[in-house]
Amino acid sequence: MTTETMSNHDAHAEGHEHHDAGGMKIFGFWVYLMSDLVIFGSLFATYAVLMKGTAGGPSGADIFELPLILISTFLLLFSSFTYGMAVLAMNADRVAQVKAWLAITFLLGAGFIGLEIYEFQHLIHEGYGPDRSAFLSSFFTLVGTHGLHVFFGLVWILVMLVQLQTKGLNDMTRPRIMCLSLFWHFLDIVWICVFSFVYLMGVL
Amino acid sequence: MFGKLSIDAIPFHDPIIMVVAVAMALGGIALLGAITYFRKWKWLWTEWFTSVDHKKLGIMYFIVALVMLIRGFSDAIMMRTQLAMASAGAEGYLPPEHYDQIFTAHGVIMIFFVAMPMVIGLMNLVVPLQIGARDVAYPFLNNLSFWLFAAGAILVNISLVVGEFAKTGWLAYAPLSGIEYSPGVGVDYWIWALQISGIGTTLTGINFFVTILKMRTKGMTMFRMPIFTWTSLCANVLIIASFPILTATIALLTLDRYLGMHFFTNDFGGNMMMYVNLIWAWGHPEVYILILPAFGVFSEVIATFARKRLFGYNTMVWATVAITLLSFIVWLHHFFTMGAGANVNAFFGIMTMIIAIPTGVKVFNWLFTMFRGRLEFTSPVLWTLGFIITFTLGGMTGVMLAIPGANFVLHNSLFVIAHFHNVIIGGVLFGMLAGLTYWFPKAFGFTLNEKWGKRSFWCWLIGFYLAFMPLYVLSFFGAVRRMQSYETAEWQPWMLLAWVGAVIILFGILCTVIQFYVSIRDRKQNQDVTGDPWDARTLEWSTSSPAPFYNFAHLPDVGGIDSFWAQKQEGLKSVSEGPYQDIHMPRNTVAGPIISLFALIFGFALVWHIWWLAAVGAIGTFVSFLARVFNDDIDYYVPASEVERIEREHKERLEMQA
Repeated sequence: MTTETMSNHDAHAEGHEHHDAGGMKIFGFWVYLMSDLVIFGSLFATYAVLMKGTAGGPSGADIFELPLILISTFLLLFSSFTYGMAVLAMNADRVAQVKAWLAITFLLGAGFIGLEIYEFQHLIHEGYGPDRSAFLSSFFTLVGTHGLHVFFGLVWILVMLVQLQTKGLNDMTRPRIMCLSLFWHFLDIVWICVFSFVYLMGVL
Repeated sequence: MFGKLSIDAIPFHDPIIMVVAVAMALGGIALLGAITYFRKWKWLWTEWFTSVDHKKLGIMYFIVALVMLIRGFSDAIMMRTQLAMASAGAEGYLPPEHYDQIFTAHGVIMIFFVAMPMVIGLMNLVVPLQIGARDVAYPFLNNLSFWLFAAGAILVNISLVVGEFAKTGWLAYAPLSGIEYSPGVGVDYWIWALQISGIGTTLTGINFFVTILKMRTKGMTMFRMPIFTWTSLCANVLIIASFPILTATIALLTLDRYLGMHFFTNDFGGNMMMYVNLIWAWGHPEVYILILPAFGVFSEVIATFARKRLFGYNTMVWATVAITLLSFIVWLHHFFTMGAGANVNAFFGIMTMIIAIPTGVKVFNWLFTMFRGRLEFTSPVLWTLGFIITFTLGGMTGVMLAIPGANFVLHNSLFVIAHFHNVIIGGVLFGMLAGLTYWFPKAFGFTLNEKWGKRSFWCWLIGFYLAFMPLYVLSFFGAVRRMQSYETAEWQPWMLLAWVGAVIILFGILCTVIQFYVSIRDRKQNQDVTGDPWDARTLEWSTSSPAPFYNFAHLPDVGGIDSFWAQKQEGLKSVSEGPYQDIHMPRNTVAGPIISLFALIFGFALVWHIWWLAAVGAIGTFVSFLARVFNDDIDYYVPASEVERIEREHKERLEMQA
């Protein structure tokens, strides 16, 4: 290769390695989310196959309490809105507001998890635990996997609150808040599928 | 305190295992002692274990793969010996319980811990160099992927001495793998070894997918990428889309076994057919994850040594893409006998046969590349020629199996065993050994000994045909797979022939070991100073051998397919000239090995139901990951003066040779 073209490369290299680092993280996170979606897809398929396998135990119509689920659905949907506000605040460089919105999101998510734990604990107490039938195994696993994701999202929010406190908004924390944003909205979309496919169709 | 683990877990009563255990312990002590004696621990830790350099990770993947190949082959030759003996009522030397563990371990090891690390190791070594990048998209994740894979491999090896391995066959079909029929720890070892290493593989898939899409050098459009990079891209798409299914499936089996759930049980509404469907929805794409990169290797090798541009570049790419898509709609051909119905079977049979079309396109492309080329019969070319013949044969028996009617007869027979060894040895293994020989100088700076390489090839080729053609014959007599002994005395000559084949393959492996020894001994004579020992076509050969850790002092500029070849034809030197600039590089990290160590502890503890230790493992994994998240000091700049020093040394070596 010749020296004439070299300055071009390096100009390009500069752009490649620095400007794009955050964008590459977010793109990679999208790809990760797609692979996570395949996990949920497998669990939905398993639920669809096993939902009739009640083995003499209760079916969905017997145990789902829609009012409770509606409350948790709105908690999660509203938390997506508040996370959106956090991202808007980040774009306006208002760290205090970002932290405030993240804290509200955390509380809403924690409320969602609390209701889910209540529901699970209640079902197990009634004798309808995940070992009762294939239907209940797949129900607990599908909903529980979503809940586990929300739980990790909550831990992630805490980590981001600490990092915003110590580091503020920089090239490291900004892409992370964007990735967490994708994660949080993704869990919302999965929940809408859980709500329609498991709970609504279950009681119909 | 120790869950189910007690001193009884060590099979003192089994002389075979004990001899192996003592040999492994002595070998291990000798190795560790040598490292201590030569004071190499610090060097190993700082230069290799914590390295985020994709080339070093590629080499480590290959070392683990070759060690595991010896383990997996030991299982193979034990099985062949058993079947050569256990005829007409004879019991042989392996009791069924031990034999079942061996065929399970053989399959698991050869696929997950030999073929996969070879493929991923080669991707690591080659892909960033081929696209003119300095590293992968996420260097830390790349190191973590390797160590998670290593943790899985370690877990499989622990199972040899502590406890037992699964007796279920390599895919652990439920309900046999459920707690009712497999109450021991064998299936749990299988679960955690695959779960931990599988997560590493998923991360690798994401990493290389992003690397290939986002980090190509200037001018390297998608349709100028070398074919190996294309096949790697498609393999990574398959990893991203299929490995999560494996993760989910193993998780469901775990819940069945640990929490008494009923996904795949006979009673309480469970459905074991769901397991078979899920595992093959991952399993069939998996075989293309293995074979596509091998196709890529053959394409590079044949274009280089025929001194011609690859025939039909575009059709090669589209054939690869077609195989990628089709691989997701054929999984049911693994269980036509399940009873899904004639129409379903017909659909999957036809889809399977359609895959033969793009594969045929590829075979003709390789043939036409050689046609009127000046083919040089180096050992990578021999592997390629052996592959074209063997794989075509294996492909045809595959099409036979794809006919549902024939499949009802051949299902579960030795025909299936002969078929998939025909494509995996003849395709993946030949490809990986060709790739190893071809890219070895790029990794180490000297070429491998050709004489021993060719001897290895002939042993493998002849050994393969002797070992597996008799199995086709036996299958027509009604011999089934996974049998520990048989009544029919007439089968024994064929079994003995297969045993002879396995012994010849053993000589092939020995030739490879000797090849390494001889090549390292003669490394001065075989030195590759130019960085381009084969007069090759793609970018990885434009930098020095071994490549500097930053790969390219100046990122190359690409003007077409095989642009390095075009540059050489125009007489342009590939030596980089100053002025140099600072290069941005990632720092080595201890996070990968430490996170994986805790993951290993977690897996081991769960196998033995040691709940407190599992908690230690889980918390350790989380905390060490968190420590990485809070570490800001993850990259640095190589000063231009340092780049200049390294490049000057390379130039001096070149001039000395000239």
